[in-house]
Amino acid sequence: MSGHVFSAVQQSALDPAGPQAERIGDVWWLMFWVCAVVMALVTLALLGGLLHARRRRESEAPQPIAPESHRRMTWVVSGALATTAVILLVLLAASVSTGRALGSLTSPDALVIEVIGRQWWWEVRYMDDQPSNILTDANEIHIPVGRPVLIRGTSRDVIHSLWVPNLHGKKDLIPGYVTDTWIQADRPGVFRGQCAEFCGLQHAHMAFLVVAEPPAKFQAWRAAASQPARPPRTPLELRGQQVFLNRQCALCHTVLGTDAGGRIGPDLTHVASRRTLGAGTLPNTRGHLAGWIVDPQSVKPGNRMPQNPMPSEDLLALLAYLESLQ
Amino acid sequence: MSAEPISYPDDDALAEDRRRLEETWKSRPGLLGWISEVGHAKLGKRYVVTAFVFFALGGIEAALMRIQLARPEAGFLDPDLYNQIFTMHGSTMMFLFAVPMMLGLGVYLVPLMIGARNMAFPRLNAFSYFTYLAGGLLLYSFFFLNIGPDAGWFSYVPLAGPDYSPGKRADVWAQLITFTEISGLAVAVNLITTIFKHRAPGMSLNRLPLYVWSMLVTSFMVVFAMPAIMLASLMLAMDRLVDTHFFNPAEGGDAILWQHLFWFFGHPEVYMIFLPATGIVSTLIAVFSRRQTFGYLTLVLSLVATGFIGFGLWVHHMFATGLPQLGQSFFTAASIMIAIPSGAQVFCWLATLWGGKLRFRTPLMYVLGFIFTFVMGGLTGVMLASVPLDLQVHDTFFVVAHFHYVLIGGAVFPLLGGLFYWFPKMTGRMLSEKLGHLSFWLVFLGFNLTFFPQHILGLNGMPRRVYTYPPETGWGDLNLLSSLGAVVLALGVLVYVFNALRSLRSGPIAGDDPWESESLEWATSSPPPPYNFHLIPTVSDRYPLWTRTGDEPVVTGLKSDRREVLVTNTLDAELDHRDTSPGPSFSPFFLAVGVAVTFITSIFTPWGVVIGAVPCFLALLAWFWPRLDQGHTVLKEKKS
Repeated sequence: MSGHVFSAVQQSALDPAGPQAERIGDVWWLMFWVCAVVMALVTLALLGGLLHARRRRESEAPQPIAPESHRRMTWVVSGALATTAVILLVLLAASVSTGRALGSLTSPDALVIEVIGRQWWWEVRYMDDQPSNILTDANEIHIPVGRPVLIRGTSRDVIHSLWVPNLHGKKDLIPGYVTDTWIQADRPGVFRGQCAEFCGLQHAHMAFLVVAEPPAKFQAWRAAASQPARPPRTPLELRGQQVFLNRQCALCHTVLGTDAGGRIGPDLTHVASRRTLGAGTLPNTRGHLAGWIVDPQSVKPGNRMPQNPMPSEDLLALLAYLESLQ
Repeated sequence: MSAEPISYPDDDALAEDRRRLEETWKSRPGLLGWISEVGHAKLGKRYVVTAFVFFALGGIEAALMRIQLARPEAGFLDPDLYNQIFTMHGSTMMFLFAVPMMLGLGVYLVPLMIGARNMAFPRLNAFSYFTYLAGGLLLYSFFFLNIGPDAGWFSYVPLAGPDYSPGKRADVWAQLITFTEISGLAVAVNLITTIFKHRAPGMSLNRLPLYVWSMLVTSFMVVFAMPAIMLASLMLAMDRLVDTHFFNPAEGGDAILWQHLFWFFGHPEVYMIFLPATGIVSTLIAVFSRRQTFGYLTLVLSLVATGFIGFGLWVHHMFATGLPQLGQSFFTAASIMIAIPSGAQVFCWLATLWGGKLRFRTPLMYVLGFIFTFVMGGLTGVMLASVPLDLQVHDTFFVVAHFHYVLIGGAVFPLLGGLFYWFPKMTGRMLSEKLGHLSFWLVFLGFNLTFFPQHILGLNGMPRRVYTYPPETGWGDLNLLSSLGAVVLALGVLVYVFNALRSLRSGPIAGDDPWESESLEWATSSPPPPYNFHLIPTVSDRYPLWTRTGDEPVVTGLKSDRREVLVTNTLDAELDHRDTSPGPSFSPFFLAVGVAVTFITSIFTPWGVVIGAVPCFLALLAWFWPRLDQGHTVLKEKKS
């Protein structure tokens, strides 16, 4: 299930999948072409100047600038400067009006998602008027296609920055502040995002996925994800659950419907349905999961999860249990 | 003392005068001489060499990062080392290379260009150098002890605060900043005073060489920008050392405050590096196109305008923090507006090149490379000023590409050209043109190959400051290209250094004025004597050496048995009075040691301030101890 995510990553500002990135893309192409023309003109002026100067054969004695040539140069330079000012004004206007347009995406019935930056993963909470309906997840943000989404960002530790280039620009997640950002996906897809503010040792491995789905599919996902964890069905899974609860796992991780209520690491209630491990570090496969549990430090050195050496029977049981948490 | 047409007494008397000047202005010999040196030329060269060493170290760090990033998921550097190295690279290049190099070159050139014998405050000059050196040594000693800072050259809190950077790494960074700020402030004050009060008679402000103008504006920027970062680094150090909570949101502090203070300094800092470079470019363009630079007034006003507007841009580093729309628009407008003075400068240079008689020597090549590269960096700068676009490319490799275009293209290219041009003045020997051209092409092509692909990487979503990236992102090929470019760039720098080392030993003798230049530093021997000018020249226009007729008046009557300097007034450089300039002194060195003791011990204990106050006090006591033979209060003159 995770293979396609890792083979076809969508993470580009030049491939907009929603109105916000689309608007910024328009500004980009406007500026790109204007700047390309300016660059070409300046390069031509430079090369032209060199050719022009090469043709001169007079003595090398330094000369003051002759008055008529000075007058001509004054006109040319003033003209170029005036043109520059006009171009800059146009770009300023385009930029400010785009800024206003970005602010116009709001909606009273928007989906509100709280994203909390942690060293080095993302806590994602789908808000609801009923506190009991708030859904907590990690490292994946599911959104319905075509509906504005308000992301309320903050941080529990240092400053992070939320960035999904295909959907929008960055917004910093700052401890002590709540920063709002509005996004919308116009087509289904899985878009990769990554922390963009240096946040310490594993800044490089703080990625996440935005999964944009048709509204019905999104609702179905949300309904399923809001359920507590499925109880173990086989003896192996049951033993795995015991391993989970008796070893140190439960101190940091929550599995709804069990006694595990740790808040230090990501919520694992539906860990098996996630596409990646370690905040986008590895595809969520059995082998990677096993490696991650036993020795997370070799994959993502410095992350907060300790090494967990355990007998292989325990590990197999634990894997079976975690894989049952769909 | 009077300004009058040259009327040499006779050759013997003149030679005797020279001999006595030599005796009066010479340095002490040996190591003690090195420590007690106060001559601007020696200290200036020392700055240039020291800064170049740090440039090389920063370059090695860059090379290590390029090796690590050349392939996805490479294991060449672990994240801990990578984070230290990118922090070291940024801090070294900004604080230990770029600013000190530009200020140090100013220390060397400004007195020569304005016809002065030394800086206004020679001992302060020595103190600045030693403080800078101590800061650099501190940073690298701790780095080699694995206590190198690792929170970025910007040290954002709370990451650099006590909770998330335990240990001493962030303190080392904060104290490095304090060292270099003190040094920079002292140099700035010194340059401003020198430029205002020690110009050759007749060099009114509207005849000031453009390079000196650029150093004047830069120095004022230093004076206004550095206090913000000194305050910030002090607050950070106190947060870490004595549990103040300026930046701790949990205790009512504010994490964003740091960013405002840092960038209020950090953005002008870019212009402190860029403006001296424009001064170099204006100089080189005139000399190598054999005509006066077009638009003196426009260029000066552009410098001053940049100096002002440069303080109104800092928030464009913080657009992603979510400031209110209206405020952001203001900073967008300011950031875009600064392109106007920059554009004015470029147009004036292009106008000068058109119709000049170009001599395609190495310095001019670097200037041509500069114009192309800097315009490119300026255009991406305009893009970054736009809030919406900035939100996409901020903190990505696009920005890395942008500021390397501006800082390498905009400042290092002119610097390499300028050092090539002034090398004969500093050493008395010429560099090889062949190697010069080779180094230029390697640097220019290598640079573009390294940094152009990074624009695309940024747009494709690659953030900055990541020690690795997964292969599925598809960033591998462009990164490899970028790393290959870095190899070419490094080769170019090596050729440049080889050229310099070779010429130091065996380069052709340069003579006083090998380039047939226009400004006063070429009116004395190469290298200049310790008193710079035997007879202080006078100036009657902007290009004194090009309009020289041979019977310009000179200043006579300065004593040769005492370090006497000429003081002129600020606007018109009319003769004002004579002053005595201090000779070799150990106090600056000891004060710098005292300051170093204070800062380094206060990394570990607040008592460091108390402990360090003792050597500082003793050094200042020695510094200010009244001396009979110095200053205005001359009671009796030494017999000679």
